[in-house]
Amino acid sequence: MTANILELHGISRSYSTRQGLFARKMPVHAVDEVSLSLQQGQTLALVGESGSGKSTTGRIALGLERPNGGHVLFRGSELPPVDTPAWRRMRTQMQMIYQDPLAALDRRLSILDQVREPLDVHDIASASERNIKALAMLDAVGLNASHASSLPHQLSGGQRQRAVLARALIMQPALLVCDEPVSALDVSIQAQVVNLLMDLQKDLRLSLLFISHDLKVVRQVSQRMAVMYLGRIVEYGETNLLLSNPTHPYTRALVSAVPVAGRRTRERIILKGEPPNPADRPTGCAFHPRCPVVRPECMSVSPTFSTLPDGRSVACHAVDAAQPTKEVGI
Amino acid sequence: MANPAGTAPASALPAAWSSQPLLMIEGLTVDFSGVQVIRGIDLTVARGASLGIVGESGSGKSVTWLAALGLLPRTATVSGSIRLDGEELRGAAATRLDRIRGGRVAMIFQDPSSALNPVIRIGRQVGEVLARHQGVSGSSIRAQTKRLFDLVGLPDAARRFDAYPHELSGGQNQRVMIAMALAGKPDVLVADEPTTALDATIQAQILDLLTTIRRERGMALVLISHDLGVVSETCERIMVMYGGRVVETAPSDSIFANPRHPYTQGLLAALPPFEGALQRLIPIEGQVPEPANMPPGCPFAPRCPQRMAVCEVAIPPLAQTEAGRFSACIAGPAKEAQQPLKLSTKVPA
Repeated sequence: MTANILELHGISRSYSTRQGLFARKMPVHAVDEVSLSLQQGQTLALVGESGSGKSTTGRIALGLERPNGGHVLFRGSELPPVDTPAWRRMRTQMQMIYQDPLAALDRRLSILDQVREPLDVHDIASASERNIKALAMLDAVGLNASHASSLPHQLSGGQRQRAVLARALIMQPALLVCDEPVSALDVSIQAQVVNLLMDLQKDLRLSLLFISHDLKVVRQVSQRMAVMYLGRIVEYGETNLLLSNPTHPYTRALVSAVPVAGRRTRERIILKGEPPNPADRPTGCAFHPRCPVVRPECMSVSPTFSTLPDGRSVACHAVDAAQPTKEVGI
Repeated sequence: MANPAGTAPASALPAAWSSQPLLMIEGLTVDFSGVQVIRGIDLTVARGASLGIVGESGSGKSVTWLAALGLLPRTATVSGSIRLDGEELRGAAATRLDRIRGGRVAMIFQDPSSALNPVIRIGRQVGEVLARHQGVSGSSIRAQTKRLFDLVGLPDAARRFDAYPHELSGGQNQRVMIAMALAGKPDVLVADEPTTALDATIQAQILDLLTTIRRERGMALVLISHDLGVVSETCERIMVMYGGRVVETAPSDSIFANPRHPYTQGLLAALPPFEGALQRLIPIEGQVPEPANMPPGCPFAPRCPQRMAVCEVAIPPLAQTEAGRFSACIAGPAKEAQQPLKLSTKVPA
C-alpha cells in the first residue's frame, strides 16, 4: 500500500477584483473546494481550460499560495507557514517547473551556475562537490559540459527545459509540480522531454502533479487525472477510464475536441458558447450554460460528487439521473 | 503525370492539372540579410481547396505566406513567382497589393488580440474592410457587419458592434478576425495558427466554423499549424515543411495512414497516441537546424534514421511517389513498394 505524498482537503482560493474602475470589489473563486490526493511515485494530471484554476491549485499544493479554506498535507503533515525555516526545509522536497523555460532561467547566469544555485542556497556539500553534483544532474537530463557553460539564450527550447528540470531535481525532491512543461515545445522535442520526465520519475521515485491542457500528453504520463472547470473538479479518476469513457459532459467535450492525426473514430462534440468568466460564475452547475444535456436542476443546484462503480467521482446531475446505466444520452 | 520536381513547377497539387489554379507559388526563396530561410517552395491552391501546412518552429511555414503577400520587411529578399489568377504579385505596386490583401486574399493570425486595434470598436474595424474592399458605405456598413458577426457565430452581434477587443474573450476576438477576413469576400483565407492560443473546446468551435465557411462560400483555406491533428481534421491536402523546403505533400488521408518522408514518419511517431496501447514515445533526435547553419544536403539528414551517404551532399528534389503524392527523399523511394502500409523501419540499401 503506497502512502499519499500529497493530499488537498477542500481547498479554496478567492481573489478580490473589480469589474471596472469604479465597481465594487467582488470575490473571484479561482479554486473552490478542491480535494485531491497523489500517491508516492505516481502522476496525477490536472486538466482544464484557461481560468479553470489548475495552476492555482498547483501553487497551493506547494504552499506558494495560501488557500482561504481547506488544508494541504504533504507526507501526512500540514505545510508550515510560508517563509519560515521549516517551510524552506520542506520546500527542498517539492519543486515546480513552468511552461516557458526562458522566463524561468536567469539570462545572465550560466546553466551550471543556475543548476548549482539551490545547493548554494541550502548550503549542501562543499563548493567543489556542488559543481560535480550539478554536472552529474545535467548529464542525467542529457546536457553536457558545453551546455553547462552556456547562457540560456544559447540553448534551444528543449535544452532549456532540460536545464530547468535539472535545477528542479538537484535537491532530490519527492514531489515535482509541472505546469504545462511541454506545451511550448515542438512535437519532436516534446517527445524527448516527456520520455526524460518519465525516466527520471522511475529512477528517482518522483511524484508528479502534472498540469496540462494537452490530453494526449496527459494520457502518456499520468495514472490518475482530475478535470477542472471554473475552479471545481468535475470528474476525477483513473486516466485511462476517464479518457476512454468520459462521463461528465464537459470531459466528454474535452476528450472529443482532441485533434487526432489521421481518421477520427469518435464524433466531435462542439460546445456552444464561450469559456466562462471566473468573475461571473453561473449559478448551479457552472457548466450548465454550455452543457448539451442540461437539466432544470442544473441551473440552480450545484451538483455533488457521486462515485461510480469504477471508482471515479463525477459531479453531474445528468450522470446521477442516469445511474446505474450511466448512459448520458445526447 | 510525373513532373520532374525541382526543375519545375508546382506540380504538388492535383489542382495543377486543371486549367488554372487560383494561387500558384513557384520557386519562392526568401533571404534575411544573406541567410536563406525559404529555399524554393512550389505550391498551388485550387479554388475552394483546403491546404494544411505543418512543420516545427523555424521550418518557414509562416514566412512563406508573409512573403507571398508582400508582408515581409525590406530586409528580406524575395525571389520566385507568386501568381493569383495568373497575376504576378511579387514586385506588384503597393496600391495593387493593398487591394488584394484583405480583399481576394485574407490572412488571420495566432493572437487575435494583438492583431486587432485595441482602441477602435470592433464594428468599426470590420466596417473599414467593408468600406475599403466592398465599397459599402453609410448605414449598410452596420447591417453587413452584423450579418458577418452572425455568420461567424459571435453572440449578441448587434450589441458587439460597439465593443472593444478587450471586452471579448480570445475565441470571440478570433471570430471577429474571421469576420474581418470574410468582409473582403476572399478567394483564399490564410489562417496562421488560428487556434493555438485558444482552449481546446474553443479550438474545436473555430475549426468547425472555418470548415463550414469554406464549404458554403467556396473559399480556399490555407491552414498553417504545428499540430498535425488540427490540419488532419480540417484539410484535404497536407504539405509538410522542414528547413525552408517542402519535404512531403499528399492527401490528408493517405499521409497519416502511410507517411513517406522520414521526417513525416518521425513527426507522427513522436506524437503521443490518443487510442491504443501506451508505449514509449519515439522522439526525433537532435534539433531543427538554424537557417544560417543549414546542412549542405538534405536538411533533415543529420536527424534522419534512414540517412545514407548521399543525403549529406545532395538535396533531394520533391519527386512523385504515386498519384498525387510527392516526397523529397533519396532514401525513401528505394524500398517504397515492398512495405507500403506501415511506419517505415527499413534500412537504407
